[in-house]
Amino acid sequence: MYAYDRHDRMFVHARVEQFRDQAARRLKGELSEDEFKPLRLQNGLYLQLHAYMLRVAIPYGTLDARQMRQLALIARRHDRGFGHFTTRQNIQFNWIKLEEAADALHLLAEVDMHAIQTSGNCIRNVTADAWAGVAPDEIEDPRIWSEIIRQWSTNHPEFSFLPRKFKIAVTGSPADRAAVKVHDIGLRMHRNAAGETGFEVIVGGGLGRTPIIGTTLKDWLPKRDLLSYLEATLRVYNRYGRRDNIYKARIKILVHELGPEKMRDEVEVEFQTIRDGALALPAETIAEIAAHFAPPRYAKQPGFAPAHETLRRTSPGYRRWVETNVVPHREPGYAIVHFSLKPEGGVPGDATAEQMEAVADLAEKHSLGEIRVTHTQNLVLPHVAVEDLPAVWRAAEAVGFATPNLDLVTDIIACPGLDYCSLANARSIPVAQRITRRFADLGRVHEIGPLSIKISGCINACGHHHIGAIGILGVDKQGEEFYQITLGGNAGPEARLGDLLGPAVSADRVVDTVEAVVEAYLAIRAPGEDFLATYARLGLAPFKERAYAPR
Amino acid sequence: MPLVRDGKAVADGWTTVADDAALPADAPVIVSFARWRAERAVLEQRNAPLGLGLKNTDAVEEVGPEIHRFGLVALNFPKFSDGRAYSQARLLRERYGFKGDLRATGQVLPDQLIHMLRAGFDSFDTADARVLQQWSKSVAAYHAFYQPIGRLRPTLDNLRREEARPAAAD
Repeated sequence: MYAYDRHDRMFVHARVEQFRDQAARRLKGELSEDEFKPLRLQNGLYLQLHAYMLRVAIPYGTLDARQMRQLALIARRHDRGFGHFTTRQNIQFNWIKLEEAADALHLLAEVDMHAIQTSGNCIRNVTADAWAGVAPDEIEDPRIWSEIIRQWSTNHPEFSFLPRKFKIAVTGSPADRAAVKVHDIGLRMHRNAAGETGFEVIVGGGLGRTPIIGTTLKDWLPKRDLLSYLEATLRVYNRYGRRDNIYKARIKILVHELGPEKMRDEVEVEFQTIRDGALALPAETIAEIAAHFAPPRYAKQPGFAPAHETLRRTSPGYRRWVETNVVPHREPGYAIVHFSLKPEGGVPGDATAEQMEAVADLAEKHSLGEIRVTHTQNLVLPHVAVEDLPAVWRAAEAVGFATPNLDLVTDIIACPGLDYCSLANARSIPVAQRITRRFADLGRVHEIGPLSIKISGCINACGHHHIGAIGILGVDKQGEEFYQITLGGNAGPEARLGDLLGPAVSADRVVDTVEAVVEAYLAIRAPGEDFLATYARLGLAPFKERAYAPR
Repeated sequence: MPLVRDGKAVADGWTTVADDAALPADAPVIVSFARWRAERAVLEQRNAPLGLGLKNTDAVEEVGPEIHRFGLVALNFPKFSDGRAYSQARLLRERYGFKGDLRATGQVLPDQLIHMLRAGFDSFDTADARVLQQWSKSVAAYHAFYQPIGRLRPTLDNLRREEARPAAAD
């Protein structure tokens, strides 16, 4: 992990004190709400329906046990004893008082964390593959580059008042687990013909009310040029991105209006002018950051794990968990363990202070102190010895994080929706809860197989409904909550946006409709075919017919 | 207009002249980009410093190579949340080597001072008394920055390297 030194610490503490002063001036009336708003947003403080929400950056989804314990402390001291892990690998606290916000930020700074640029029209927290550094298929650790981008983008003197927010994601694997094609900039590491690692730069993807798959501006960018190319892209966006209409202000609209060719040319001209300037990355600097992410020292594991093998034979529950929530690690004798934050009837992504502390304990005991947050709102212990899996399973069961549903129908992504958010048209969380209750039978869940359901409470698409195999979008119809359903969305390398199933359905009907779609799939799938494959083969019609059939 | 520079209120020796107004004799004036393009020959014959006022949509590339002709460039923030002039400032300073006075006009607020100073601004045309009150706090907020760009170094990296260097033998 990236370890702060004295200078990083001085920087985040300075940021806290700067914000403390700003908040105090706001409370005294020396700053207007208009003047204060971007300052609080760039420190993670968002005004919701009932209170301020604090969005804390978990850079590229990596944190350690000590940091997780501090999040639990903040949940207790400044919230109502829980937090909410988000699709951008952050954590949100929903009940923060403005008077206490700087104190909460100070607690973060004590453990080398911050909430800098988690909101506002600036470069947001960089996201990356949650399996970074441990995935067997990885070409290079994306955290090295995410950290380099974090430093470059933090308090940037030119890009703190962009036309709109700006999200960057990095993947170091061919299997894209960071949804890079639906970000303002997605970076995909791959090798060129000479075998050197570089970046495909994908620009102008995004969800929201105008969902677009990103355009590749550069097939292969050398590592030394990464920051120069990002700076060139951001400069073109800052100068020419639209500021007359908030709904047309993202870079995707600029790419669309200029056309990919013109956009590529504009960025290229700027890039060529600055590429040998101060942002060119010396190999030495890259090596210094990379050293922070060197693989840990793994204890050598014996070839046979008796406790694990025995339990796998004797406990079907354990076997199912291992098959579903545990994936292979690049180091022999180790595994990547997922804690599901999607229990039956639960709020997707929520964790209590006690659960956070339990995860911290487990990470210390079984995962070299490390934890990850996934963009699907689950937690990961990235370095668990196979022989420790039974102990980890029992402990996860005890805290309610052992539901064996990773990537299955109940592993639902949902935004906070109308329960918290002032933008929402409809509730998201209760829909997720009702779906998980409807699909409470684990046998049936496993029979259905991989199927992502993603729910957004409004068109801003924080729940990523466009890229759900089943997407659910809350809309308002004459003051009543209705839900539009889309099918066939996918976030991976074959990214595509879902297609509208038909007319929106009422809150009463939404779970029945989802179930009808799932039943349709089970009835028409070919052997071994997952939901997206069936959908690709047969299209919308057979689903539509069954979903709207009178019951 | 009240003017702030280096943390002090200072007198403004420049006059901003509307496009259709007559030029005063021998006084430093700030003219628009449009007027400069239209009346360049006349303006350059004057025996007084010339300043240029740019809108944040004006292309600095058009005037960049000749920017040394101006003693002052004024860049505008129509709203403090419109960040286009930050790019113009950096381009003028870093690409075109502008050495004169770079002035921020429009909605200049105390909490954006640090970004403006780093982007290359040195004077602030603002009636907002808070800019002066907050000045020293704003400028001293950080001991260093991450980016090796803009003004107000050092970078965190520079500091680390200095500390890592062995002390001189003498």
